[in-house]
Amino acid sequence: MAVKENKTNDRKLLNRNLAQMLKGGVIMDVTSAEQAQIAQAAGAVAVMALERVPADIRREGGVARMSDPKMIAEIQNAVTIPVMAKVRIGHFVEAQILEAIKVDYIDESEVLTPADDSYHIDKNKFATPFVCGARDLGEALRRIAEGASMIRTKGEAGTGNVVEAVKHMRKMKTQIAEVSVLGPEQLAAYAKDIGAPYELVKLVAKNKALPVVNFAAGGIATPADAALMMQLGADGVFVGSGIFKSSDPKARAEAIVKAVAYYNDPTILAGVSYGLGKAMDGVDVENMADEQRLAKRGW
Amino acid sequence: MTIGVLALQGSVAEHIKLIKSVNKKIDAVPVKTIDELAAVDGLIIPGGESTTLRILLDEFKLYTPIRTRVEAGMPVWGTCAGLILLANRIEGERSYFGLLDIDVKRNAYGRQIDSFVTEGDFAGMYVGMVFIRAPFITRVGPNVEVLAEHDGRAVAVKQDNILATVFHPELIARDNRIHKYFINMVEESLK
Repeated sequence: MAVKENKTNDRKLLNRNLAQMLKGGVIMDVTSAEQAQIAQAAGAVAVMALERVPADIRREGGVARMSDPKMIAEIQNAVTIPVMAKVRIGHFVEAQILEAIKVDYIDESEVLTPADDSYHIDKNKFATPFVCGARDLGEALRRIAEGASMIRTKGEAGTGNVVEAVKHMRKMKTQIAEVSVLGPEQLAAYAKDIGAPYELVKLVAKNKALPVVNFAAGGIATPADAALMMQLGADGVFVGSGIFKSSDPKARAEAIVKAVAYYNDPTILAGVSYGLGKAMDGVDVENMADEQRLAKRGW
Repeated sequence: MTIGVLALQGSVAEHIKLIKSVNKKIDAVPVKTIDELAAVDGLIIPGGESTTLRILLDEFKLYTPIRTRVEAGMPVWGTCAGLILLANRIEGERSYFGLLDIDVKRNAYGRQIDSFVTEGDFAGMYVGMVFIRAPFITRVGPNVEVLAEHDGRAVAVKQDNILATVFHPELIARDNRIHKYFINMVEESLK
């Protein structure tokens, strides 16, 4: 039993460790082996394999599901960097399938149509690591308690509008600062207020940080957006529709990789932003109807 | 003494923290520019994605300055991706610095589900070893000393001022002995 427990703990650490290796990097959504190669050649640290980028899911509607394992396998064969893929919230069988084909990271994602309106996947049951979206500290810690090894902001995927990602990152940072100054008697009440497990809230208060890596995602479309999220404290960024919905994906992918590495250097940021062509079309988020907001999915 | 950690991508903060834990008098600094490189006595190339690192090293003109410093004797330590960049030969792709006489095969242990933790001997110390999508060292040159093995394969090697580990000592926060080992190499080089 002790040996088995050690193995489980080792696996948990290894899965958090892989996310640490991705820090300071860009994870790009790709829909084909060819796009995956462009992403890798541009310097992506990982690719997210999916059939439709969020902007198309948003436009076309219908049920968005896990990608065909054949398409994921083609991408796995085309690149050497880690390959991630998405499953619907609560769809643990899609996750079992991705584990069977040895995907490196599973994204239990609000971008796909939820399969369960009450429960997320019990991610502790899997050996494969999971990344999950969160809008605030409570949501992040609920996902970590379920076994997520990496967190990303939800932002508002497929909009090319960074405002929601900024909101979510700021909220999380503010709440982490808040819990860091609370006394032990206040922590339990705070944990209850944000709906997070007490032990994890205590850990965040002690370390003044989440116990896992936290990336920015949802609406990042330009090198400046990516650098903004890094300066706000993100460990790295996911770019979904932003690259392959722009006029020159290769140049934009390269520019965003450089912007994330040199996020504090405005001269370099100006250089990489220069003459990049047209960014993806943006969507106004403020006037968006609630049912169109993907970030609302997840509990 | 100042030790730099190449800070383009990867496990930078982890290395800095462990170097600082060895001795508060040692400066541990991120290195992203030629000027920052010029100020360090030793350099760590951390874990991360080697494809990403080589693109950024080229783009920001760090290849030649790093190579020149290492050839002039500056101690350098590559962990995982760092080891791949230092190796003479990389299976299926062109080598990068090519300063360390070993051959490597990337992701040879498999995908993330095949990543693992083990323990073993490193230059006389019993240490924990974390392997994440790790490469194999498939050949070790005659002037390369093997410091650690796993399953009969070299996983830590040293050639003069170059140290390289397939595994990630920076991920074991409570154990700074391998960082101490590298600091000793830097100390020796300053004498």
